[in-house]
Amino acid sequence: MIQKFEEVKKAIIEQFGGEVVCAEYTNLMQPQLHVEAANIKEVCLFLRDDSRFFFDQLSCLSAVDTGVEKSKIEVIYHLYSIPFDVIFVLKIETERGDGVIEFAEVPSIVDVWRAADWHEREAFDMFGIKFSGHPDLRRILLPADWEGFPLRKDYVEQEFYHGIKVAY
Amino acid sequence: MSKPTNYTYNPLDLQLSEPLVFDASTLKRGEIIINMGPQHPSTHGVLRLEIITDGEIVKDVIPHMGYLHRCYEKHAEKLPYNQIIPYVDRMDYLGAMNSEHAYVMGVERMLGIDTDIPKRIEYIRVLVAELNRLASHFVAIGTYGLDIGAFTPFLWLMRDREHINRLLEWVSGARMLYNYIWVGGLYYDLPIGFEERCNDFIAYLKPKLIELQQVIIDNKIFIERTANIGVLPLDLAINYGITGPMLRGSGLKFDLRKVDAYSVYPEIEFDIPIGTGAMGTTGDCWDRTHVRVAECFESVKIIEQCLDQLLTDHKRTREFDPQALTPKKIRPKAMDFYARAENPKGELGFFFRTTGNTDVPFRCKVRAPSFVNLSVLQAISKNVMIADLVAIVGSFDIVMGEIDR
Repeated sequence: MIQKFEEVKKAIIEQFGGEVVCAEYTNLMQPQLHVEAANIKEVCLFLRDDSRFFFDQLSCLSAVDTGVEKSKIEVIYHLYSIPFDVIFVLKIETERGDGVIEFAEVPSIVDVWRAADWHEREAFDMFGIKFSGHPDLRRILLPADWEGFPLRKDYVEQEFYHGIKVAY
Repeated sequence: MSKPTNYTYNPLDLQLSEPLVFDASTLKRGEIIINMGPQHPSTHGVLRLEIITDGEIVKDVIPHMGYLHRCYEKHAEKLPYNQIIPYVDRMDYLGAMNSEHAYVMGVERMLGIDTDIPKRIEYIRVLVAELNRLASHFVAIGTYGLDIGAFTPFLWLMRDREHINRLLEWVSGARMLYNYIWVGGLYYDLPIGFEERCNDFIAYLKPKLIELQQVIIDNKIFIERTANIGVLPLDLAINYGITGPMLRGSGLKFDLRKVDAYSVYPEIEFDIPIGTGAMGTTGDCWDRTHVRVAECFESVKIIEQCLDQLLTDHKRTREFDPQALTPKKIRPKAMDFYARAENPKGELGFFFRTTGNTDVPFRCKVRAPSFVNLSVLQAISKNVMIADLVAIVGSFDIVMGEIDR
């Protein structure tokens, strides 16, 4: 796994230069590559189309709120290559925002994998991450007029929803 | 008893909480917007489809979800790992054993105890998971027949599923939501006499499966109703992240039980059925149903081999304690971990972020197969008949409990 990870990392650095890579976490069981949020779409497109890797499937897209102190929101992409049977983990990080006026904003990768469409909508629904370039960024699981983003660590639920008391 | 709440109704409370996506003013001549669901029986639970129709033709469709949202991921951030298992059951309530198996394997791998699990436990896990896969496919095929007007297979399959439910009730005490597979082991060993009863059941089931094949898969009416309907090309399927019987129906031999070779699956012989377009185009509704029926036969093979192992090499002994390895405190090191396994609906993935100093996950995201599979609906149901839309949604085999979580 680590061998393949180094190979993919080298290819990314060759293609985009070393400044794209912010950090790498190789001591984990599944190594992660932290890249610049602004470049995520190009990196994904390169990894999808490059004949050495063919990451043709986006397995999972998860957002993580690191909490108020660290004040970052991370988006983690699990790419999977069906022909080579390799999982590669990309990570981007962005400012958290307060979820009311300021929102975290990252580029959308819907154009690369359509699978990202609903995953990104879910991340928007739960964390308030604005995916710029997403064709239809609406709430997906919660009602459209729900207030706040429940999976943020400092979330406080609204008192009433359509006249119904929310806290039980 | 607490005092009943007095609700004050004001008109704003009655406004639509989920407005229409399509704008009625931009419709062309002859087009109307129709809502199908969320209480429509052929949408398999509480799925609401917003459709633009021109006569009988579906011009565009957008699914609305969330009617069954139970905040799984929020709950998971508050609960220890072992207490999340019942919540995992309630996501895909038709294949609860499979979901438990996937979740438990993920946590065990994070703890590093996945290689210590005794073979007998692994075989029991695979046995109950495959029984549950059969039950889940029975519901999928049966309700699909119901959707397109075949009533008999549904009754037959519910009859056979009842046997599986009773077997699993005997094992775990519950009919659908088991909490049987635990981190590091099982709730209990199999009850005495289970293997023999299960063998009897398999002997009973085998001719029934051939009957099922004849009544639904090889049935001329069924073929004409589903062949060439809802064709999902392979490249589109991969781009949309489709997995499970839908992906195999589109002609790719891809099964995580083989690819990841987790648990004892590498020691078991079974095939991966794929759709070949035998009755129409590869990836049509018939292919998907065919894959599910063929998988039932494969599951029976797996169950037979598991029972064989459980009765010979990994026999029940007096000293065997399925809870021996269950950790008292489940506290993985700080890491990010993505675990995945093959569910009846497709790839079920769990993404964990752990901090290393609590026994509660910092974040537990679920990659639900039905959720991802449903997202392709809009792409493949343009310009089909409304009746075919029902056939397409049915062939996806979605479970709303898993989509909404």
